[in-house]
Amino acid sequence: MPGKSVHPHTVVMVGTRKGLFVLKSDDQRKTWHAEGPHFLGQIVNHSVMNPATGTMLAAARAGHLGPTVFRSIDGGKNWQEAITPPAFPKNPAGPAAAAYGWTVNHVFWLTRGHATEPRVWYAGASPHGLFRSDDDGVTWQSVDGLNLHPDRLKWLGGAQEAPPDGATLHSINVDPFDKNHLLIGMSSGGVFESFDRGATWAALNHGCAADFLPDPNAEYGHDPHCVRVHPCAQDVVYQQNHCGIYRLERSQNRWLRIGNNMPSAIGDIGFPMVLHPRDPATLWVFPMDGTTVWPRMSVAGKPAVYCSRDGGGSWVRQDKGLPPAQAWFTVKRQAMSADQHSSVGLYFGTTGGEVWTSFDEGKKWQCMMLHLPHIYSVEAYTR
Amino acid sequence: MKINLPSPLVEYTDGCRDVEAEGNTLAALLFDLDRRYPGIRFRMIDEQGQIRAHIKFFVNAALQRSLAAPLQPNDDILVVAALSGG
Repeated sequence: MPGKSVHPHTVVMVGTRKGLFVLKSDDQRKTWHAEGPHFLGQIVNHSVMNPATGTMLAAARAGHLGPTVFRSIDGGKNWQEAITPPAFPKNPAGPAAAAYGWTVNHVFWLTRGHATEPRVWYAGASPHGLFRSDDDGVTWQSVDGLNLHPDRLKWLGGAQEAPPDGATLHSINVDPFDKNHLLIGMSSGGVFESFDRGATWAALNHGCAADFLPDPNAEYGHDPHCVRVHPCAQDVVYQQNHCGIYRLERSQNRWLRIGNNMPSAIGDIGFPMVLHPRDPATLWVFPMDGTTVWPRMSVAGKPAVYCSRDGGGSWVRQDKGLPPAQAWFTVKRQAMSADQHSSVGLYFGTTGGEVWTSFDEGKKWQCMMLHLPHIYSVEAYTR
Repeated sequence: MKINLPSPLVEYTDGCRDVEAEGNTLAALLFDLDRRYPGIRFRMIDEQGQIRAHIKFFVNAALQRSLAAPLQPNDDILVVAALSGG
């Protein structure tokens, strides 16, 4: 990658197991400039930007020193740690509700607030925790309506029931048409939504399979991997789940398994999901092997993105430029993103430290960066 | 009271591994250290008031697991942050 500095109209933030890298380009996206590593040696689970204000946040964890959130307001040149990082309420003295006493292991997900609230951010944590900042990431408060909900243990189970890498609250979506409407994913636990800014919550899992549960129609306990609310089309919601790919039929509040339309040899298991920034019928997924012990790598060692232009009714394989064989890519749920250019740029990062890009909506791919650490997140922005 | 810090914590102390703070217990000492170097306590003590995993405190070379342990003005404090994995 050339090191020439460019006016950064396109910004790609790459969070890795050993630090944060910020890739910048202009509108043409031909010349890129890499900045970083920031927080060298620290785990960066997610790093995001508000393109309207330029504020950047990074969810980091330094070895055993616990989790925190860093903030930059100068395009990533300087970073300051949050004065009050996300933390659960302190266990009160005496008999306490079971919901108390949790400790944030790591901050896993960051989402900016509604467009009308540019200083609001949300953070999701492991174990399941939701936090909000009202001051642009300087201080964080527990969303007690979820974190201390009396049904928390029933919905989510205890630590021994968590996935191998720990329970996570992810996929925090703020409805672009209602700043008080939040939709989140919890692994495991399911998709939940709140219409009062997090004060009360309801499960949103009808129609979604949970083949690891005894009750096929369970209300909760599901395992969403990535849930996306469309940024400009009302009530358009898609989900990549442990048990397939879904589109929400909002009129019935029921998920429809659009992954059934994927080729059977590929299946519909994966982690990331990306929506077109303008067309609500276009989305991309990165299928991975979910058979037997769940290798979670590209199927048969042949990486491919699958694109639907009709809301999941049909899918097209997009693998031109990707390795044809013996390429065992794993792409994590935060590690695939789209920019907002007229010809949408797609980006994904692998656990092998490669960043792949397409500047024609997936028709052809090229490797933009090699030799990075294990990639946890990729987020692209057009300013 | 003298405190020797591990390298992962020196970002809070402008690069200094040897710092000073006051307190008649380990808990009080860490609150005073945080007053001097904001944010450093949370890296050692979690939101429930427990010592984070793999953080160890030594008082005059003796391991101390209780934050309520009394301290004397001339005690030497060593903080160790273990690392593991690749």
